[in-house]
This record gives sequence, C-alpha cells and structure tokens, in this order.
Amino acid sequence: MGEVLTDEVEPGGLAPPGALTRLGDDDLSALLLIRHFELKLLELFDRGELSGTTHTCLGQEYVPVALSPLLDPADYVFSNHRGHGHYLARHRDPHGLLAEIMGREGAICAGVGGSQHLHRDRYLSTGVQGESMPVAAGVALHLKRVEPGALACVYIGDGTFGEGAVYEALNLAVLWRLPLLVVVENNGIAQSTSTERQMAGTIRGRAEAFGAGHHSFTSVDVNELRTGLAPVVDLVRRRQRPQIVEFHTHRVGPHSKGDDTRPAHVLRGVKANDWYDLYAAAHPEHFAPSDAAQRELIALIAHEVAARPLSRWEPPCA
Amino acid sequence: MRVADNLNAALHDLLEHEGDVYLLGEDVADPYGGAFKITRGLSSKFPGRVLTTPISEGGIAGVAAGLALTGDKAIVEIMFGDFVALAFDQILNFASKSVAMYGRPLPLRMVVRCPSGGGRGYGPTHSQSPHKHFLGIPGLSLYEVTPFHDNRAVLREMFARQEPCILFEDKILYTRQMYDAGDLFTWDMDGDVARVYLDDPTSADCVIIAPGGLAHRALAAMRTLLLEREITCLLLVPSRLYPLDLDPVLPHAERAKAVVVCEDGPGGAGWGSEVAHLLHTRLWGRLTRPVAIVHARNSVIPAAPHLEKEVLVQESTICRAVLEVLGG
Repeated sequence: MGEVLTDEVEPGGLAPPGALTRLGDDDLSALLLIRHFELKLLELFDRGELSGTTHTCLGQEYVPVALSPLLDPADYVFSNHRGHGHYLARHRDPHGLLAEIMGREGAICAGVGGSQHLHRDRYLSTGVQGESMPVAAGVALHLKRVEPGALACVYIGDGTFGEGAVYEALNLAVLWRLPLLVVVENNGIAQSTSTERQMAGTIRGRAEAFGAGHHSFTSVDVNELRTGLAPVVDLVRRRQRPQIVEFHTHRVGPHSKGDDTRPAHVLRGVKANDWYDLYAAAHPEHFAPSDAAQRELIALIAHEVAARPLSRWEPPCA
Repeated sequence: MRVADNLNAALHDLLEHEGDVYLLGEDVADPYGGAFKITRGLSSKFPGRVLTTPISEGGIAGVAAGLALTGDKAIVEIMFGDFVALAFDQILNFASKSVAMYGRPLPLRMVVRCPSGGGRGYGPTHSQSPHKHFLGIPGLSLYEVTPFHDNRAVLREMFARQEPCILFEDKILYTRQMYDAGDLFTWDMDGDVARVYLDDPTSADCVIIAPGGLAHRALAAMRTLLLEREITCLLLVPSRLYPLDLDPVLPHAERAKAVVVCEDGPGGAGWGSEVAHLLHTRLWGRLTRPVAIVHARNSVIPAAPHLEKEVLVQESTICRAVLEVLGG
C-alpha cells in the first residue's frame, strides 16, 4: 500500500503581480459578473434589502472561472457556504441566484435554500463544513461504475480541514480509486481565524499521507491556472486518481458582512493580490468596458428581481 | 426461519433484482459477513455493490447519500447502533434535509441499518436503543425489524418513501423465529401493524404497543398475565415507528381498559411519549385512563448480565405495568 497517486503534472507557477495575461472576453465577463454580483449583495445588505447572511467570494472569483471550462455537464460540482462564484461560473444564472437569495419568484430552490443551499442539475451546495466530501465520494463511486469519464468536484476551504469528514472521504476516495477532484480555496483565514492558528502541518502533507495527488497554485491568472489544471482534471477523469488542487487565494471581503477583524497591513497584502486591480492595471482597455457592462447588468438584474413577487413553496406534508 | 435469515434473504433478493442497490458497512464482506452475519454471502455474489469499508460511519453515511443523490439505492450497515451517532450529521443535516431544502422534492433512497438494544452483555456503548435521538426529524422515517414483517417488503417500502430511513434491528431478535407468536396466541396484520391476541382482538383488557425488539418480552408478559391473572392483552407491533400510522391502533386503544406503550430506551422525550401524546390528543375524553409507558431505566446499560437486566425492559416490567394500569 502507500502508492502515491500524485504529481505527474507540473503545478501552476507564480504570476508576479502586474503580469496577468490577457483573458478571453468570456472569462473576463464571468469574473466581473461574479465580482459585481457579490458587491451588489453587500450593498443590498447595507440597505437592509437582504435577510439572513451571505458569504461573498470577493478575491476568489478566478478559481471557479479557471476551472469551469474543464468540467463537463456530466460532472458533479459540490460547493459550500461561499459558493456564489462556483454557481455563477457553472450556470451563469445571476437572476436565479439573486432570486434565491432574495426569496423571489424564479429562485433556484424556491427560496428555501438561500445563499448556502443550492441545487441545480449536477450542482449542489450545502452549509456544513466538510459534509459534502463523503457525499461527493459516493457520487464518484456511482460515476466510476456507471458513467466512467465523469468526475465529482468538491470545493472546500483551508478551514474545512478541521473536519474529520474530509479525511474519511479522502481515505475512501484513494482506497477505491474514485474520480474525485478536491478544490481547496486556501484563503489563509477561516472566518476570523488565520490558517496558522487552526492548522498544524500542511494540506500537501495531509494529501500525501493518504496517497492523494496534490497540486499547489499561487497564480491568479486564469489562463495560466487553466493550463496547469487541465492535466490534473484529466488524471482524475481518465485514470480515477483523486487529486487535491490547492489555490493559495485571497479573501478580499469579510467572512460574512462587516465582520472583518484583520489588521490593516494584512488587508493591504490581500488587496495587493486582488486579480481585479491587477487586471485593471495590466489591461485597462479590455477591463474598463467589460467592468462597466457587468456592473450595469447586475444593477438591472437586482432591480428586476427585487420587483418580482415573493417565491412560493409548499412544505412537504406535516 | 430466523429473523436474521429473513433479513439476509431480503438483502439478497433486493441486490439481485435491483441493479442500482449498494450495501456498505464495516466488515460486511465474506467470509466474515458482518458482525451479526446479516450480510453473509452478499459480497461474493455482488462484489461491485457490496463494499466493506474503513471504520468511518460518518463517511459511509455520506457515501450512501451521494449514491442516493445519483438515483441509486444505498443501504448502510452500522455495526452497532450506538455508532450511528458518528453519522448523525450526514443523517440530520444532509440526507434528511436534502429531500426538501432545495425547494422541490429530491428523492434520496437510503436505509441506515442499526443493530440496537441490549440483552447480550455488550455494555454501555454497544447496547443502547438510540431511537429517540432520531425521532421527529423532518424527512427521516424510522422502522424497526419485527418477527412479523417480511423484511423484503419493509426494505421496498423504505425505498419507496424516497427519503432516508433508519432500520433498527434488535440484536436479540436475530436468532428468534419469524412469524411465531407462540402456542397460545394468533396473529394477523392490520395495515402496517401486526396484531397478536388470544382469540378476539376487539375484546382485550389491555392494549400493548411495542416495537419489534420488544415483541417477545411483551408476548411472554401476555402469557403470564393470561395464565396467572386471566387478563387478556392485544399486542400491536408496527413496522414503521415514526411517523406512526395511528389508524390501526385507535379503535383498539379506545375500546380497551388500558393502553401500555413499551420502549427499550430511557424514558421521556422518546417514542413512548410520542405515541402516548398522539393517543391522548386523538382520544381525549374517550380513554379510560392515561396511556402508560414502559421504558428502560434512565441509566447507562451495564455489561454484567445481572446489572443489565435491572436497567432494560423485561417481561416482568411489562407485566407490572399492565397490572398497575388495570388497578391490579
């Protein structure tokens, strides 16, 4: 035992800030759609127009955008509490998502799930840390037997590694050679607790302990990341080797809303790595019109969705 | 046929006729065939779908939920029902909620099998009846194996509900015979409920309602009460404990002089209270006296047989309760 199903591909490299390559129009608009969607949510909260809570993915938008074209409609995607970007990158459905969050007609899940509990086709998110890892392993078990070539992709965070469910699932996935792709968005902070205060060792070390492949990405360049990710996804898909891809990313916004207690110098460091500013600086002529267009689009969508009737739901029998 | 053999045959039958059924659990593979031998022969016959797993109850329950999410049917064996606590998050927060929380019904066909109950001297962490911790969860149904319900039909019914179900299996039932109510009594079915009685189910002095694992202790009590006190009882044994279908129970509960509900866990906030409350609500003003509840003592379950007996429900506990409610 102990075969390590790992590095047969080169990890993505480092992109020094300012050196972002020019994106395709579609990738740029996807990134900006997510950015303005999230900013709009915070604005709506501030105005008292949203209820409950939300967790925006500001700063991390590029992760699902880089990954999305590498996934097939037959693949399952599992997301978490910070999942708007994951959903929008897969389904490009800001109307349905905002209606879900606002409890309006046309909501993806009738307003029952809200921000953290979405299900559409083969996309599913849920709000308990680590819970979706064994579920994704179960889906991967089905896919391996019935739909070979399809995979299950799970988004988790660095904080999720505190949960035992992660390790039970990793063990099973490697043991049974399941087509499981674990995407770790390591943003260095779990709600308010920095990673060094909540994790002993490393994610790579944990992956290796199970014989799962591990690939680390520090770039925020979608093109570069996609090139690095493609062979990893292929390894999962074609050879049923569970892989962990770890993105060293940056949570530009608060955990939820107005609850960011990080000191100013930390926030400055985070901001310096925000793809949004870096791309605006590198490709202003490409960035500006798309940025304006997405901002306007989201403003219109917010206006339209807010005016819709409330969503309706018939609870299952008493 | 023993209850264990009926359950084993039911699993064979299901896996053979339905190609999308999986069974997962610790040590379920041949030649071991599970701690209680309920899965014997299955992994040899259905190698890709009967999987022995690491010791990861939460993980296994999650894998089952994942299989169910794709439209498959999944059965999980928890080696000892006590360990289902380790799968609580997957059952409570994922599987049970997912059938409704995405705004439209999401069918999830999964059954978590839990060998439960004491009487075998296994001690505090291998003997409990954890039913109460799973009562009242929206989207989760609870069943218990009985000597009167064919497990083929029970498993099919659970899958037909399209929501997660727990099947409790009292360990002392495994070695008992199916369909055997003893020489004194006859039995029949009324809907989901097995009825055991002397000659006329409508003339019993007392109605005893008990899950399958307590059926034999209730039958022994009925025998003693009849032979020594000439008291007749009607025993009602439902297959589905929650939500309980009261219709077959109501006419008998209304007619009898007393109703006793039995459960093998500690009293209060459990199945006994649930059934009593339902009966009080539906039959208020028509019951002769309050529904009585027989339950285990509010204690951990000791390993030593003489101490274990003090805690768990015995034939004598049921006898005493019936005599008490009838004023004897």
